[in-house]
Amino acid sequence: MKYETVIGLEVHLQLATNTKAFCGCSTKFGQRANSQVCPVCLGFPGSLPVLNEEAFRFAIKVALALNCRIQSLIKFDRKNYYYPDLPKNFQISQYDMPLSYDGFIDINANGGTKRIRIKRVHMEEDAGKLMHPEGEDCSLVDYNRGGMPLLEIVTEPDINSPQEAYDYLTKLKSILEYLRVSDCDMEKGSLRCDANISLRPKGEKKLGTKVELKNMNSFKGVRSGLEYEEKRQESVLEDGGKLVQETRLWNADKAVTASMRTKEEAEDYRYFPEPDLVPFVVDKNEIEEIRKALPELPEARGARFKKEFALSDYDADVLTSQIDLADYYEACVKLYPNAKVVANWLMGDISAALNDKNIKVTELGLSPEGLAGLLKMIDSGAISGKMAKDILAESIETKAIPEDIVKKKGLTQISDAGAIEEIVKKVVEREVKTVNDYKGGKKTALGFLVGQVMKESKGKANPGKVNEILKKVLGD
Amino acid sequence: MKTIDSKIVKHVAHLARLELDDKELKEYSGQLASILSYISKLNEIDTANVVPTSHALTTLKNVFRKDVPRKSLGPDEALANAPSKEDDFFRVPQILEGK
Ligand SMILES: [Zn+2]
Repeated sequence: MKYETVIGLEVHLQLATNTKAFCGCSTKFGQRANSQVCPVCLGFPGSLPVLNEEAFRFAIKVALALNCRIQSLIKFDRKNYYYPDLPKNFQISQYDMPLSYDGFIDINANGGTKRIRIKRVHMEEDAGKLMHPEGEDCSLVDYNRGGMPLLEIVTEPDINSPQEAYDYLTKLKSILEYLRVSDCDMEKGSLRCDANISLRPKGEKKLGTKVELKNMNSFKGVRSGLEYEEKRQESVLEDGGKLVQETRLWNADKAVTASMRTKEEAEDYRYFPEPDLVPFVVDKNEIEEIRKALPELPEARGARFKKEFALSDYDADVLTSQIDLADYYEACVKLYPNAKVVANWLMGDISAALNDKNIKVTELGLSPEGLAGLLKMIDSGAISGKMAKDILAESIETKAIPEDIVKKKGLTQISDAGAIEEIVKKVVEREVKTVNDYKGGKKTALGFLVGQVMKESKGKANPGKVNEILKKVLGD
Repeated sequence: MKTIDSKIVKHVAHLARLELDDKELKEYSGQLASILSYISKLNEIDTANVVPTSHALTTLKNVFRKDVPRKSLGPDEALANAPSKEDDFFRVPQILEGK
């Protein structure tokens, strides 16, 4: 492509506080419509907003984790627009003195790291939810979401491909999950993402005409939407056409972007200071205290995993990308100190099961203790690796503890040499032809004999021992 | 300084979803212009060395509320004065921007 793609992302994150940003209404999800509203969040005359201390603390935590600088004087502003999802006709947001600015996230790109600068992280309140009933000429409004605390996290236009956008979002979400400030659930709308994308001829400094892309409800949707838009813009430019600055909506079902009806007038929010909220100043010591109390973040934890558990870059990256997975891993390694084996099971069969069922590791029926117990049974020779896989699958399915499954089903592996030798002799007597083939030099015949012994033992014989004893009996 | 003319008033009226006829436009343009020129007197003061003030209460800062839920109104009370409602929802004229 002779064009360079330039992307900037805007993420909205709902903070997991108990109450809304400026009033005491509950933030619980999925409640009866308009049951979590009060004079403040409905904008009744005479009511006054007061900032939620926890929301502010969460915001500072996020800003620091994203390497931002905290504004010395933080103030709130009113963003004015008339739309029924805003009962006050303005949204409390931040304009010229946002909470924080000048941060960054490093992502993996082209075999190295790439720094994506973060322009600002600021606080604002969410709007209500509009529904448009089919066949009626009205809209219905639920203000339960109105006034919930949001963070807006805006990047500089440093992202140069849809894949980088995806990687940035994945990394951002990982950090946010570690901070435990939001459930980061895109399906519930706790995390939303809009994108700006433009193309410019390679080497050109001036930015091209940008399109704002909305309505993506997964990270994959963001990537697909941007891929579509990249191609569309390229073909417009290739045909000598001109791009229009507009907002386009991603349609996941049709896998296309479509222009939103363009507004006849440019956006004009007439920001002005929110007179009902006094300014906020966080002193240096307080900032340092919050910084010190930040949890170990994915990058640091990945580096520690590599050192402590001798994991590869890839394994450490995967295991630390989700805090719950990393916690599970460490808990299991404590009980069963073979770090590589635990990593293989977690990234293999267990991850496959998680993907398959679309659940998190915390929702898995198998605890770290259960997995450690399973691995110990393999080591002691009580069960084979193959049996362990079946037991794992059953444990995930039924939430039963692996040791109990083994006991209940009598699944113990036969490792006793005498017992195996008996079966081996029986098979050798029966399979005369194969035995002769083997003795005549056809070494591959051994595999068949091992299989027969395993079958005879109903899969319970220890395959390593079977091999060993079979060779002995055959006089090798 | 930008002077208020009927074009600006028309724009502001549109943003506020107000419909003004020509007579009103002319009337409000005049009123707004005279208010602005009155306030512009402030521009005569030299503020080169004054920090911008966003709030009148310059000594008050960091006013917080604990993150403890309080009783909300509930749908019945919240909707009591709504000019139009449907079930637990406020009912408004259809808005379908971009759909
Ligand atoms: Zn409220």
